[in-house]
Order: sequence, then structure tokens, then C-alpha cells
Amino acid sequence: MSQSINDIQDEIVEDFSMYEDWNDKYEYLIEFGKSLQKLDEQYKTEENRIHGCQSKVWLQPEIKDDKLFFYADSDAIITKGIVGLLVKVLSGHTPKEIADSDLYFINKIGLQEHLSPTRANGLLSMIKKMKTYGIAFQAR
Amino acid sequence: MSLNIQQIRADFPILNEKIRGKQLVYLDNGASTQKPQVVIDTESYYYEHQYANIHRGVHYLSQIGTDLYEGVRKQVQQFINAKHDHEVIFTKGTTNAINLVAYTFGRKFIDEGDEIVITEMEHHSNIVPWQMLCEEKKCVLKYIPLQADGSINMEDAEKLITPKTKLVSVAYVSNALGTINPIEELTAIAHKNGAKILIDAAQAIQHFTIDVQALDCDFFVFSGHKIYGPTGTGILFGKEDILNEMPPYEGGGDMIKTVSFAGTVFNDLPFKFEAGTPNIAGCIALGTAIKYVQDLGIDNIRAYETELLNYATEKLSAIEGLKIYGTAKHKSSVISFLLEGIHPYDVGVILDNQGIAIRTGHHCAQPVMDCYKIAGTCRASFAFYNTKEEVDILVEGILKAKKMLS
Repeated sequence: MSQSINDIQDEIVEDFSMYEDWNDKYEYLIEFGKSLQKLDEQYKTEENRIHGCQSKVWLQPEIKDDKLFFYADSDAIITKGIVGLLVKVLSGHTPKEIADSDLYFINKIGLQEHLSPTRANGLLSMIKKMKTYGIAFQAR
Repeated sequence: MSLNIQQIRADFPILNEKIRGKQLVYLDNGASTQKPQVVIDTESYYYEHQYANIHRGVHYLSQIGTDLYEGVRKQVQQFINAKHDHEVIFTKGTTNAINLVAYTFGRKFIDEGDEIVITEMEHHSNIVPWQMLCEEKKCVLKYIPLQADGSINMEDAEKLITPKTKLVSVAYVSNALGTINPIEELTAIAHKNGAKILIDAAQAIQHFTIDVQALDCDFFVFSGHKIYGPTGTGILFGKEDILNEMPPYEGGGDMIKTVSFAGTVFNDLPFKFEAGTPNIAGCIALGTAIKYVQDLGIDNIRAYETELLNYATEKLSAIEGLKIYGTAKHKSSVISFLLEGIHPYDVGVILDNQGIAIRTGHHCAQPVMDCYKIAGTCRASFAFYNTKEEVDILVEGILKAKKMLS
């Protein structure tokens, strides 16, 4: 049986607990961001674009066997690292699980400041959009 | 006279703050400046000992407040060398002052087919109010284009400002690039064509000695919070005859002489433009901030900030892969830059984690970014309380960011 959303979150929290200071944490995020596959240019459309005035985020949803998958990218690498974590947590679950999820890992790993609306990096809107897709695909 | 920077730093309590366990290095002065203790004290003393509404009461406190508030108006008049104190209008800030002019002067004097000329380097607050006016009045907004170094070409200005131009509205200093515009020449060109000129001095008031009579500008606007004063305060200077011809902005208390259902008689200058209870404490503390700057000596400030700018420009230029945007000959203490192949947001995050505050993004000047075909920049902006040691910390921080992000 595949891992639940919370299992994945707990795993990330545990991974991050190894990092003692911000330096290690951000180095991990940067490396993770770099390791992620780039979103194909054809999906970097206005429709998939999430607006934030500092960094751009693109999110492409796909429904397969009743499960919702996400593919995402950002032009800023730290944002992309966090985007990657969100995709890792939510992608591949049912729309209902995604819509009902409580994303506590961001706070626990100390990255909540990136979700502040004043950061304007599109992450907060990305989470909202992922959940909106969850709700929308549930209704189908 | 040279400034005693350590003594000055002791006047700004926030500079002692630790950010994420690191000593704060505050290099976001273009966005807002920090407040000296005397400014904070003035505001709290007013609320603790002198507070009441102004311009209304016969009682002691109301009179004290009115005297202090009107005293700052006179102080600002002298600070910018306006002819009359009633040419000094208190506003909420630069944005509010520009909108006031757009809604009053713009609505009355600008008509279909008339032109308003700005530059490509304007802050959004000196673009959007004019776009809104153009939408309403079918007038035309034109801009003087940026050159590669971030300055404007006066030949372009001569071509664009014509007898069709009703208003020229330009930044004294670009917030995104630091370019100092030739406002004397622009004023002369505007007047030669029968146009009025508004100077957005949000990024200039804290750096230069201002003489609005010598400049001969028609409007001159700035924000209190950029000259070490409180947020929510600002000044609109306008020439008396023009202000008198302009209709009021907001209706309400203080801006009227008499009100009846048969009609209302508006108050005289400056009260005509000051409806409602203003930011009394903020305006009074703005007076203290201006006095603080005057005591240091604005020419001393300018000399020291230029020294810092030159030092920082030299140090940052030496970083491989770092490009400075805005290299005009005449610049204020602002450096916009990018590291090759690295997003400014990422640089800002890594610097923030080292206690270094800079601004990243488009700096509310998207057309500037479009002109350079970039999404944004990192911007370090310096004030007189910054030091060369802080510039060195910034350089170290950038090198670290570059290493982590490359």
C-alpha cells in the first residue's frame, strides 16, 4: 500500500530534523530544487501559471486512475525546492485526500515564512490551487 | 563636516536588533528608512501628554496640538523653501499626493487629447494614477524612454514634451535604479511648452537640499517614512495660484467654511485639501525627523552616502557574474543588481538568513524591468547610518549566496 499524505509529511519532517541550521536546510532545498525535473515548456502556459510578483510558479494537474498527479516548476530555485516538496506530499493521491489534507509539514520544517502572502512567491496560491483541483476533480 | 556614524547608529534602536541570531544589516532604505529614538519619542510623548483633535477645540490640548501640527507645516515650508506655508499640504504619503493631483488638477485641467509625460523609470504610483485619469478623460500618457545606463536622453524629452503636454510628472530619483533625473532641465522644457511639472521626490527628499522656488516646479511630493519619519505622512507642495484653482479632493470636516443643504463653501488653503482628522502624531513626529536630518546636515549626509555608494559599487562590481542595473553618471545610493543565472528571490532569501535586508523583485517599477527584459533585481539601498563594514558583510553574503545557488 502506498504512503498516505501524512506519512510523506512525517518523513520530510524527519529528514529536516537532521539539519541543524538554515544553511543545511537551504542547501538541501536548493539541491532538491535542482534535482527536480523541469516542467516541459508546453505546460508553462498562462493557465498553469500561478501569479506571485517575485517568483513564477507553474502547476500542471493530471488525473490518472482516479488519482491526481501534479507537475510543477518555478523560476527561483528555493521556490522550486518547496514546490517540489508540496508535489511530493500531494501528488498521486485521490482528489478527496488532496482537498482534505492538512499541510503541517511546512511549519514543522520552519519554512512557513515562504508561505506568507508578503513573500509574493506564488506558493500560497499554489497550495490553494492544488486543493481547488482536488475539489474540482472530486466533483467529476 | 563629517558625520559620526557610530553616534548616529546609537540613535536608531532597531539597528541593534538581531535577525535570526545575526546582527541586522539594513540595506532596504529605498523601501523605507528606520526611525531615530527622537522621532519615536515625539510620537509617544504627543499621545501621552498632548493629544486631542486639532483645528477645533477651544481647550488647551487642542490648541497645543494645532500649534505643533501647524508648526511642522511652517518647518516643511522652510525645509523645501516654499513661498507660503499654505502651499504645504499634509497627505498620507507620495502615492496619496500624486493621486490628489491626478483627481483635482487632472480632472479640471486635462482633457481629451491632452498629453501627460512621465519617464519609463517611474514607480507604479506615478504611472497608475495617470493611466486611470487617461482612461476617464481620454488623454494620452507618454513616457521618456530609458537608455541602457538607466538615464533619460534630453533630446527624447524635448521631442515628447510639446504644447499638447499639460503635465510632466517625473521622479527626481529612480527607486529601482538610483538614477538622478535632470529635473531643472525637465522643468524648463515643461514650462517652455506651457505644461506644469510634478516632481516625485520620494527617493530624493532624504538625500538632497531642496528649494522648490529655485526649481520652479509646480508640484513637489514626498513621503515622511522615507526621511526617517512615521508612515502615513507625506507632503504635497503646490504653487499657491494652481492650488487655488484646483477643486478639493475629499469632502468632509476641516475642508469647509460653511455647510448647508443649499450648498457648501470650501475652506482656504491648505485646509481645502485636508478633509478629516489627519495623522496628527505622525505629522508632528515628521517635524522631528526633518529636524534630525537638518541637524546632521543634508550636504554631510549626501557626501557620506556618495562615499558609501562608490565603495559598494566598487566592491560589488568586483564579484564575478554580478551585473549592476543603473549605471547613470548621476546616481543616488541605490544599487540594483543580478547574479548571472540566479533568481533575485533566491539571493534575497539567502541574504535574509544572514540578517541582511535588501529588496528583491520589480520594486513597483515593472516597466523598468520590462525595459531590461528581466523579472526583477536585488536592490541594496544605503542610508547615512550604514557603514562600509556593512557593505563588506553584504559582499560576503552575496558570495555565499552565489556559492550556494550556482
